[in-house]
Amino acid sequence: MLRFIIRRVVVIIPMLFIIVTLTWVLVRLAPGNFYTGEKKLAPAVENNLREKYGLNRPWHVQYRKVLWNMARLDLGNSLKYEGQSVNQILWRTLPVSAALGITAYLIALIVGITMGTLAALKQNSWLDYASMTVAMLGISIPNFVLGPLLVLAFSLTLYWFPPALWNGFPSKSVVLPALTLSAIYVAYIARLTRSGMLEVLRSDYIRTARAKGLTERQVVMRHALRGGLLPVVSFSGPALAFLITGTVVVERVFALPGLGNYFINACFNRDEPLIIGIVAFIAITVLVFNLLVDISYAFIDPRIRY
Amino acid sequence: MADLDKPNDRPLDDAELHLGPEYAVAERDVSEVVSGEIVAGSSLWRDAWRRLLRNKVAVFGMIVVFLLTVSSVIGPAIIKRATGNTYDSIPKDAALLKSFAPFRGAGGKFSWAHPMGTDNTGRDILARVLSGGQISLMVALIATLVSLVIGISYGAIAGYAGGRADDLMMRIVDVLYSLPYVILVIVLLALLPAKTPTAQLAELFFALGAVSWLTMARIVRGQIISLKNQDFVLAARATGVSTPKIIFRHLVPNALGPVIVYATLTIPSVMLSEAFLSFLGLGVRPPRVSWGSLAAEGAQNLAIYPWQLIFPGLTMALMLFSLNFLGDGLRDALDPQTRKE
Repeated sequence: MLRFIIRRVVVIIPMLFIIVTLTWVLVRLAPGNFYTGEKKLAPAVENNLREKYGLNRPWHVQYRKVLWNMARLDLGNSLKYEGQSVNQILWRTLPVSAALGITAYLIALIVGITMGTLAALKQNSWLDYASMTVAMLGISIPNFVLGPLLVLAFSLTLYWFPPALWNGFPSKSVVLPALTLSAIYVAYIARLTRSGMLEVLRSDYIRTARAKGLTERQVVMRHALRGGLLPVVSFSGPALAFLITGTVVVERVFALPGLGNYFINACFNRDEPLIIGIVAFIAITVLVFNLLVDISYAFIDPRIRY
Repeated sequence: MADLDKPNDRPLDDAELHLGPEYAVAERDVSEVVSGEIVAGSSLWRDAWRRLLRNKVAVFGMIVVFLLTVSSVIGPAIIKRATGNTYDSIPKDAALLKSFAPFRGAGGKFSWAHPMGTDNTGRDILARVLSGGQISLMVALIATLVSLVIGISYGAIAGYAGGRADDLMMRIVDVLYSLPYVILVIVLLALLPAKTPTAQLAELFFALGAVSWLTMARIVRGQIISLKNQDFVLAARATGVSTPKIIFRHLVPNALGPVIVYATLTIPSVMLSEAFLSFLGLGVRPPRVSWGSLAAEGAQNLAIYPWQLIFPGLTMALMLFSLNFLGDGLRDALDPQTRKE
């Protein structure tokens, strides 16, 4: 187990290196610069800018600087948001995205597991069909369609929630974005729970549990869920990656000051340090999270050994 | 050794017809016995087809996918014939240069001209939705094909080679799996936009196809490994068939079932990715339209002209919904073991 963890942690570093290098190469290959705009700059101004940001130095010097910055966890200054370091922007935007993502995932876990378990227990009933149809709808309606539709219904018609506003975490402004973001996870988790539970409910140990006289409630809560939720746990790995792309869309739809929104703007602005910083940050999060998910298997399912 | 997959010529007796779901023979419909004689044996594919037709939601999905595809392919031409509207034709009359609600024309009176209304410059939304469908379908199909070609070749070679090569190739797939792909695709498309809309489409095919082959490679590899030690491969090798030929002519066709199922489920997911990128302004560019870019446009005018979002959004959701049901149905039909009973 320990060897497995060490091996996986060691792999993270070269992968991070590859991702950062790839991003840097893409940024360098791209035509134009952060200062290129509608208006052409005077050559003297352009030269000064290149001098100031070190763009006139040889590529290997610039590349080394990127890696050096990464190594000491200081991601440099943003080029477009003047006077702000990438670290500051990350620390400011991360809570927004994290609050949104975690709320959405919690909603998805609660609603999805309930839906999936009920569907499995009452297999082939109207409840089963209804929840699976709802789940399929959740998978099929893109979040950038669902979000505006919710805004249309709950903000512009009923005036219950603000359409595009961020008031900090526990506030009305979280509701619509979190619901929009959670839809697809509710759907996936409900489907995974249902199929996992169907399989487990037929297994011998459940029959044993029933045979020794446990109530249906105890059978489901204490025995079946533990095995039936394994697919949901393994989904949490990819879910995080989806969650990040999901927040990009949702933050744009609801104009929230989160990581995803800044990331897209940074790409359009050619804000090199910010792009590289955010990509590296997301990469680390995803890599570490995948590792945690793999480790957690061993705790939930004692049959798994590394 | 008796070949279980191929039904033999003698009539089946009742006991054999009720062996249980794990025997393909038992899935055969009783209706096939026409006046005491057995009609030609049923292959795996025919059985699957029959199971698919028995699944109502999958049939619904199939019909909707068919109708939406046909109307996207021929619809724009028909609309052009009938009304002269195309996806980017802007009316000449200045009074028509605004967004009309569905079935409304000049002066707010009822009109058949625009069943889905018009956008801000008076372009017919129905024509735009159907043309957008063309692009969305094309991107989804071609990107899926790209992922099929890469995934099948990679998986088949890894599976057949086995040993060290297999280990290495699959380790690479594992590593690629944990990359935050979409983020890299966003960086790629935002920083290196192609010069023309057509080149942009090609970039999109490539980017989407290149990131969705991983699961396909894993599936194919698993299949090939379970097939490669069977007698027909030995027979092929004994008769001197070359290795590439064994892989692509003998092994891959036998692994097609799961591949088709996964490909059907890849289409909606690629379509969704395309729409997502187009929504962010990174995918299909004007004057071309796709469902994603139409939804993006519509979302901006949501408060005043909701139909600009509702029609493209719901058409796309309907298509994805049907494709997903069809894919699920195909999986159940082709793989009776994992069927949800």
